[in-house]
Order: sequence, then structure tokens, then C-alpha cells
Amino acid sequence: MNRAVVDIAAPLVLIAVLLAGWEAACRIMEIPSYFLPAPSEIAKAAVNSAPILFMSAWNTLFMALKALAVASVLACGVALVVALNRTLEKAVQPLAVALQVTPVIAIAPQVVIWAGLAHPERAIVALAVIVAFFPIFSGALTGLKATDPDLERLFDLYGATRRQRLWRLRIPSSVPFVLEGHKVAGGLAVIGAVVAEFVAGSGGAQGLAWRILESSNRLQTARTFAAVIVLAIMGALLHAALRYAEQAILKRLRGR
Amino acid sequence: MAVASLAAVEVEYPGRGKALGPFDLALEEGEIVALVGPSGCGKSTALRLLAGLEQPTRGNVTRTPGRGETSVVFQSPNLMPWASALANVALPLELDGVDKAEARRQAADALARVGLAGAAAAKPAQLSGGMAMRVSLARALVTEPKLLLLDEPFAALDEITRRDLAADIHLLWDETRPAVIFVTHNVEEAVYMASRVVVMSASPGRTFNVVRTDPVLPRPAHFRTTLEFRSAAEAISRDLAASMGRDA
Repeated sequence: MNRAVVDIAAPLVLIAVLLAGWEAACRIMEIPSYFLPAPSEIAKAAVNSAPILFMSAWNTLFMALKALAVASVLACGVALVVALNRTLEKAVQPLAVALQVTPVIAIAPQVVIWAGLAHPERAIVALAVIVAFFPIFSGALTGLKATDPDLERLFDLYGATRRQRLWRLRIPSSVPFVLEGHKVAGGLAVIGAVVAEFVAGSGGAQGLAWRILESSNRLQTARTFAAVIVLAIMGALLHAALRYAEQAILKRLRGR
Repeated sequence: MAVASLAAVEVEYPGRGKALGPFDLALEEGEIVALVGPSGCGKSTALRLLAGLEQPTRGNVTRTPGRGETSVVFQSPNLMPWASALANVALPLELDGVDKAEARRQAADALARVGLAGAAAAKPAQLSGGMAMRVSLARALVTEPKLLLLDEPFAALDEITRRDLAADIHLLWDETRPAVIFVTHNVEEAVYMASRVVVMSASPGRTFNVVRTDPVLPRPAHFRTTLEFRSAAEAISRDLAASMGRDA
């Protein structure tokens, strides 16, 4: 059989087998729906609440994209400033790492308070920015410092100024690293947004996390599952879109 | 008068000992000199000294051409992968403050001179190894240098491409006759390219011998089949072997 067909079919077959086993187990053992709904019930719940799930997914995605845009500008800006000054880089590095290793959930409640309980969307964007910042920052900084030493010598030879070196060598060299950073940050921004929605825990921001909270509080477990699946699909689509954009930009940049 | 010279230069790297010297070399106007020697003897170091990319630990480097009048072609084409062939060639002019339109016009000329007028918009990844090397050569020539430093420019190319490019470099050189240093470890290339071949000893490199070859440049067709070519190549091969302490 064609290799490509096998590659696509293999995961689909596995998923189908697992779903069939799950469905059979639920029916044979008569597991109550609030405890573990069968796939068919989840599908039914997904279809019934499709419009509201879609709206919620859009809300969460919109927040994540807003955060990605803000994080992108901030992280690239800070990386650029820091790359120009070694002392500043040394000064910023530990703070950036501290920001990265602190779980977003730990600071979320305080950020929600700062944003004002009436504006959960502000807290959501802010928290998603915090988690999306680091991969873009570290990608940009690595890229700005990872110039080809042979090209550096060429710029030395022609007596390039610092400014020329930055615009004509370091920034273009950093593009692949910056794109890679955005790809990672996209996924993290969704996670940041969802975590923040959980903490905000109000109907003020009607994202997917709120749907998950709401339906699990009402023991509508099938709907909870449906929301989680929508969230997973949304994350995967965002990742695929960012990867496509990355490849398209690199192709344009390098001519192939 | 010498265009560039190295006088008793020595280069030492901390922890790695002496890489070059004491070494002397004087390059006359319009002359092509080849540096041959075993790997790691400091040929490329000597070239970087002349380019001003490195400073000697001891000794003197003099060079009459200014910064903009010295060009280097490196071992790899060393092109900016994100920029078109035209933009790569225009780079030295643009860094020097030449107006962009004028720089692009001169770059287009230089590309045409190396036979790549049709590849102006191509990115380096779309070019073959030989074409990329020609773009690199056009970039070196676009400033009309007085001193042209070639650091094993054929190292990564196949035999046919090397020969074509060697002949073309002579034709391009003949237009303005800059002084040229050609670093190589290939004896036949050295004899073909240069009228004076400096054979260096193993690291730290010093002058082992100087061989004068046929002074007529560019080379006539079939130069490689002449007796002079063969005997010069054999003399240099013997010197090289002796410089490494071996029998030829």
C-alpha cells in the first residue's frame, strides 16, 4: 500500500479502535453518563451545543491571538534591546527565566484581581502574554546572536557600522528563530488563556474553559468532554496554521 | 611599489601556539601570487592579515588600498541566504553608503560580467555551487578592488566548474588588473592562476621556496598541457613534499 496512505490511515484506525472499545465498555458495563459518557453521547452533546461551543472557542482563540500579538511585539522589542547590550542581557536573563519557570496558575489569581474582577478578559490576555513571551524572547535573542561568523567577517571587511550590521545581518538572521518561537508561543498562549479563564471562573469571559467549568458543575460530563475536544482541535489548528505560516515565510525568504 | 606586504609577521593564538611565521610577502601591482602549503600552515591566516581581518602578534602589515579597495572571496560563497543575488552583490556598495539604485545598477553590471545576468533575482539556495561562487566573485569585483584576496575559492567545486571559473577569473582580472593573492592547496591550480607561487612549510608556515611560472596571464588555451605547466607543477609538488619532510 502507498506509504502516504498508511501514514494517514494508521492514527485514524487506532482512534477508531479506541473509540469503539470505549463505546462498547460504556454500554456493556452500563457506566453512568455523568461518570464517563460514551463517545456517541459526547458526539450528541457536541452537535447539540455546537453553536455555543463554537462561540466559546472563538472567544478563547481571540484572547490567545491578542496575547500572541502583544507578546510578539514585547518579546521582539526586549530581545532587540537586550541583544545590543551584554550587561543588559545578563541583567534580564534571570528575570526572564524566573518568569518562565513560575507556573502561570500561581500568579493568575493576583493578576485577575489587578485586572479588576469586572474585566476578566484583561487578566486572560495578560496571563497568556506572560506565558507566550518567553519562547519568542528566547528565540529572538538566540537568533540575533546566531549570525554566521563568515558573514560577520564579510561585514568586518566592508567596515559595516553597528546599525548596518543590526539591520542587514542580525535581524534577517534571526527570522527563522523568531518564527520557531511564535509557533511554540501560539500553543502556550491558548494554555495561558484557558488557565486564566479557569481562575477568573466567571461568566464574564465566555471562553471554552468557562464551558468546561459550567458543564462539569452541572454534571453534564458529555458536554465537558465535547468542550475539551473542541479545545484540543482548536490548539492543533492554531499550531498547524502557525507552522504553515512559518514555512511559507521561510520559503519566501530563502526562495525555496 | 608593493600594493601590500607582510614583513616578518608572526601570528600566535593563545593556547594553540604559533600559527604563522616569521613570514614575508610583498605583492606588486597587477600581480597574481599563489600561496600553497600543507593544511593548517597558515595560508588563510596570511590572507586574513592582508585583509585586515586579523592583526599579527609580531611584524608589520602594510597595505596601500583602503578598506573599500580590498575584497575577499572566501572558501564558501558566503552569501546572505535571505537576499537575492543582486542584493548580495550590491551589499559592499550599500554598506559604503552608495545610493541604493546606483548600487543595484553596478551590481547588475557585475553580475552580467560573471555571466549571471539572468540570475539577479534568484536566492542563494536556488543557485548551484558554481553559480553561488560566481555571485561571490561579482560581489568582490563590484567595488573594483585594488587588492583581491581569494581564499581557496574552488575548494567546494567540481573539476569542470573549477577550470571554467579559473579561466573566467583571469578574464575579469584582466579588465582592471588588481593585485591578487590566491590561496590554495592544489598545485596545478596555483601554477595556472599565478605567475609567482609561494610554497609554505608546515605550521607555523614560513616561506619554503618561491617558484616563478609562465608570466603570461590570462593563460592561453591548452596551457595545462604545456611542458612549462607540467615542470612548474612538478617542482612545486617536490617542494611541498620536502617542506613536509618527505621525499617527492
